[in-house]
Amino acid sequence: MPTYILRRLLQSALILLGVSFITFFLLFVLPADPVRQIAGRSASAAVVESIRQQLGLDQPFLVQFGRYLSGLVQGDLGRSYLQKSEVSELIASRLPATLLLMVAAIFCELVIGLAMGIIAALRRDSFTDQALMMTSFVTVSAPQFVVSLLMLYVFAVKLGWFPIGGYGTFRHLVLPAVTLGILGSGWYSRMMRSSMIDVMRTDYIRTARSKGLTRARVVLGHALPNAILPIIAMIGIDIGVFMGGIVVVESVFGWPGIGQLAWQAIQRIDIPIIMGVTLVSAVAIVLGNLLADLIAPFIDPRIKLK
Amino acid sequence: MKKLLASTALMLALCGPTLAQDYVPDPAAKQGGSIVMTYKDDVATLDPAIGYDWQNWSMIRSLFDGLMDYVPGTTDLRPGLAEKYEISEDGLTYTFHLRVGVKFHNGREMTADDVKYSLDRVTLPATQSPGSGFFGSIKGYDAMIGGTATSLEGVTVVDPLTVKIELSRPDATFLHVMAINFASVVPKEAVEAANGDFGKMPVGTGAFKMKEWTLGQSLVFERNTDYWRAGEPYLDQITYEFGQEPIVALLRLQNGEIDIPGDGIAPAKFAEVMGDPAQKARVVTGDVLHTGYITMNVTAAPFDKVEVRRAVNMAINKTRIVQVVNNRAVPATQPLPPAMPGYTKDYAGYPFDVEGAKKLLADAGFPDGFETDLYAMNTDPNPRIAQAIQQDLAAIGIKANIQSLAQANVIEAGGAGTAPMIWSGGMAWVADFPDPSNFYGPILGCTGAEAGGWNWSKYCNPDLDKAAVAADSMSDPAKTADRLKAWSDIYMKVMEDAPWAPVYNDQRFTMKSDRMGGADALFVDPIATVNFDYVYVK
Repeated sequence: MPTYILRRLLQSALILLGVSFITFFLLFVLPADPVRQIAGRSASAAVVESIRQQLGLDQPFLVQFGRYLSGLVQGDLGRSYLQKSEVSELIASRLPATLLLMVAAIFCELVIGLAMGIIAALRRDSFTDQALMMTSFVTVSAPQFVVSLLMLYVFAVKLGWFPIGGYGTFRHLVLPAVTLGILGSGWYSRMMRSSMIDVMRTDYIRTARSKGLTRARVVLGHALPNAILPIIAMIGIDIGVFMGGIVVVESVFGWPGIGQLAWQAIQRIDIPIIMGVTLVSAVAIVLGNLLADLIAPFIDPRIKLK
Repeated sequence: MKKLLASTALMLALCGPTLAQDYVPDPAAKQGGSIVMTYKDDVATLDPAIGYDWQNWSMIRSLFDGLMDYVPGTTDLRPGLAEKYEISEDGLTYTFHLRVGVKFHNGREMTADDVKYSLDRVTLPATQSPGSGFFGSIKGYDAMIGGTATSLEGVTVVDPLTVKIELSRPDATFLHVMAINFASVVPKEAVEAANGDFGKMPVGTGAFKMKEWTLGQSLVFERNTDYWRAGEPYLDQITYEFGQEPIVALLRLQNGEIDIPGDGIAPAKFAEVMGDPAQKARVVTGDVLHTGYITMNVTAAPFDKVEVRRAVNMAINKTRIVQVVNNRAVPATQPLPPAMPGYTKDYAGYPFDVEGAKKLLADAGFPDGFETDLYAMNTDPNPRIAQAIQQDLAAIGIKANIQSLAQANVIEAGGAGTAPMIWSGGMAWVADFPDPSNFYGPILGCTGAEAGGWNWSKYCNPDLDKAAVAADSMSDPAKTADRLKAWSDIYMKVMEDAPWAPVYNDQRFTMKSDRMGGADALFVDPIATVNFDYVYVK
């Protein structure tokens, strides 16, 4: 086990190196000049060059990348070009909101998605099954902007049950989390359905049934633990997606997450922020997957980590 | 360095009567009350030497003061931290006499040393100020930019309340420069204590001081009870909330939760708001010192022929494009917007004349038109406007392929001169200060035409550059009318050469809650965007 974790962590480091290299390279070849954004439109060529030198952007690619990496290993994500403050501080200020929404949204996704998936699997090919799978199609393909606004309009503006966007209390969290839960539940319900159907066909389920266990015990005690493995892996991926930012939902609900930060930085080619958010999101994906793999043996003892 | 000098000389000028009638306070205004304003984007910085977007521009104006200021809701200069000033006969020396007893938010009294420190700071290359170019006429500026000096030679502290600024050339816009955010006076000890993060911990002399800032969420300003303009501001507190979609902000406004949606009216909701009397009553309209235009690269065929450029001017149906933006603009006839001093009122611009345009094209040797690229920024409404332009051009035989790109990429192509035509929307020129020179140097003058500059037409007319320098040397306030006439002539000559097709001038539409008081002009202030120092809660 420890060697397995060590190996995976080493792999992760390589992946992160690759991600940072590719992102840095793409930003380097981008046909847009961050210095011009910093210098402003009244800047003379001399001023532009002076800023370019100060930021080291006149250096060749590998030198720039090397400098970035050496800062990175010392935990320095650099300073924002336009906000002129530490990127780590900017990201840290957004992390609590992002994490909170991520946990709440994944919880909603699981509750809605697993319930739909299990019911659909048990009522396979029935009208219920088809209706649920149709619903999951709709939620997966529904435009985030429309669903978010609709939820906001109905439950906050018309009914007044929740605040119209914002951050701070539990009531602020409900709508964005439920919205994301609905939007993401389709993936989980489809995955759960097919996994459940596979498991329900196995011999041990037939045995469990034939020895007279209640349907509930069969489904929740025997089938679910075996069917849930692919879901665990999906959560691992989901964590990465959420950490990369959920720009649309965040902006409709006024949620101060990392997505907003990334979006603003992209518009202003604030490279240190873009790099920082990309790395944080990559770390989350890598760790999320690692975590999912580490949890798997506890749920299914047949899996051995080597 | 010469080029630098030229460009900044062009940007400066003095307009109107030097000091117009000062503001008459609103008799209904009363002290107290807190307001909430929303924005979609987080605020980047509150450092007056750095902040240069329309969002932090008004905030910085409330936190800081410069030597000069503007009468609220107008483009007329009035004294700020300087109580009075003298200009030498040759227009090269400005002596400012500071007000007595002005205090920074940290309690310390402001002195002439702070003025000098602030001007040194903004021009020091290490500060990376996007506004340093505005100070190019101060003696010693080149040495600062060149890194051979750390203090402006031309700025001298005469005594604690007097500062003398010598210029290297007459600069009719210099008082405007002293009123621009970048010239705000900041306390050295607070800048140093902030250790590079002054933008997050601003300390000024302004009507409001920063109370708290939760990154990404909210920013709270509270009234500066020691403000040197007695009785101002009226509001006790302003809370800015960030990360709010304009559509959501509108819903919250209707719900009575917020007072001003900072991003204005969402385009999708514009018709609905204007069609509902209750909502329309909350709308405030004002002029912006803005022009949206199409640039044509005059250095490359086919736009190197003036007939072609004039034909494009005649082909554009500006009225229809104004409709595309929900009538949130007025058709433009010339580079200067109507609210700008020096605007030529009796000039009607190129007529919309498809047949005439075709004839001009034929005369230029393109009877069957040609194919070209039209660059535009990729956010609404710009792609739709580009399509309207594309259709107009198609009507005279020009096939324009739309290159819809991110802002930074369009700016890059414009600076590099690789874009034959650019629709300027989303990147267009909004004046830094209300003077006609501000629309020339960087966007129509020879300096801006260099690679990387903002003059995307690459139009360079040395005679006009000379005329611009001459106009900006008329720093005697008595010659203001002559100077404005000179600028008017310059822009008329530009229209003759037609490097641009001016399309429209933005109108600003904003909203305010029913409880907000104060003249409409304060909510669409041409300088401050929203003039928080004078609005109040009923």
